[in-house]
Amino acid sequence: MSEPSASPGSRDRIARQIILPWSKSLEITIKNLRVRFFRSLITVSSLVLAVSFLAFVLVNTDIARGILAAGGDEAVRILTRAGFEIDTATGTIVTGAKERWVVILSLVVCTVGIVNAQLMSVTERFREIGIMKCLGALDRIILRLFLMEAAIQGGAGALAGALLGLLFSLLQNFFRFGTIALTALPPLEVALSLTLAVITGCFLSVLGVLYPAALAARMKPVDVMKSEY
Amino acid sequence: MNTSHSIVRVVGVTRAFRMGKIDVQALKGVDLTIEAGEYLSIMGPSGSGKSTLFNMIGGLDKPTTGKVFIDEVDISQLDAYELAWLRNRKIGYIFQTFNLIPVMSALENVTLPMIFSGMASDTASDKGIELLKLVGLGDRFQHKPPELSGGQQQRVAIARALANDPAIILADEPTGNLDSSTGEEIITLLQMLSRERQVTIISATHDYKMLNVSDRVVWIRDGRIDKIEDREELSISVGTISEKGN
Repeated sequence: MSEPSASPGSRDRIARQIILPWSKSLEITIKNLRVRFFRSLITVSSLVLAVSFLAFVLVNTDIARGILAAGGDEAVRILTRAGFEIDTATGTIVTGAKERWVVILSLVVCTVGIVNAQLMSVTERFREIGIMKCLGALDRIILRLFLMEAAIQGGAGALAGALLGLLFSLLQNFFRFGTIALTALPPLEVALSLTLAVITGCFLSVLGVLYPAALAARMKPVDVMKSEY
Repeated sequence: MNTSHSIVRVVGVTRAFRMGKIDVQALKGVDLTIEAGEYLSIMGPSGSGKSTLFNMIGGLDKPTTGKVFIDEVDISQLDAYELAWLRNRKIGYIFQTFNLIPVMSALENVTLPMIFSGMASDTASDKGIELLKLVGLGDRFQHKPPELSGGQQQRVAIARALANDPAIILADEPTGNLDSSTGEEIITLLQMLSRERQVTIISATHDYKMLNVSDRVVWIRDGRIDKIEDREELSISVGTISEKGN
């Protein structure tokens, strides 16, 4: 008997034969998020806090810039008293190194938190992933499902965080400087800061799921046959 | 068995696992040919290499030496894509623990392999409902696995295994988690499928009820095939077993 093993040329054809359309991926992702809503909430909570802190710091700086632009010498006095560093030569607000480090640190801690939470979530779903692979799912389909889930979580969490940060920043500055904090608010810069915060949040969420998702995608389907899980 | 078409050929297969510092030979040279349309049971105590052989036939594991041909294709030559394709199209799996995806309805579970194979959503739904009717669950396709009994879950799993009209159905202890009468229903269903749809059914089992419906039984012991019995010889030995049981 000859050995008609699959020819190398058939590889592309076969790769294209196993698919999961985007609409179906999205449907499965949303279903997963809905069913594990509480779990997603915990995964996302550290991201919400870190992004809100980032947005808070950015918007604070924007407001201080606005006051500085509107107020002249008087503004320099109240801003300095409030703890802002002002470069007197150029007349701009300087972001302190310490502040920068605290923000970066909080983002790093948040990413580690996401990796941890997603590892748990992958472990919980080992069986489900194994079943999908037994049914013919490719590594990249599993990877895509996890990345999409993380992107949606990241988007929602980062948006919530950015709005929370904005709210706190507005409240704090209103009580510290009075109405000038709101009237001198530069809308374009604030919008830019919030966008930056949301993008950072999405990026970190996807970054945090990369390793857990790769772990899930590489899982061997034979493992699901063991009934210990 | 008048067909000469072999669907699975296992040739001189050995499989070694590394446990700590020693190599354990789970299979020590197995040769087996399974004909298309056959209902074959693999029996053997746990640790006999039964599961290892079973995983090998299912394309879930590769042999250390030797070859496994599924539909005359050597699976050790296949890459990840081709293996996924094989699992999707050629083989349907049924597990002891049902292994349905809990967050999906019965119908979604059944249609998933069809979606992977590129079938349009509507066509997949129609076929899914048809398959669920075939296994006797026509009115329950919107239920989620936790809302179904063990026997019903296993029926959904059987419908899912049939999704892409596979050549082989691999059943790993399909009655292991079911009570005796439900187990019997599942066995009857499998038997019906093997007769009416000409699907090759390969099952690993401890359940002696499975032997009554098997065309052949392969007994595995210590990583080797101990004996292969045809149905005729079988009825005698099953008779003695049930006598012992009573």
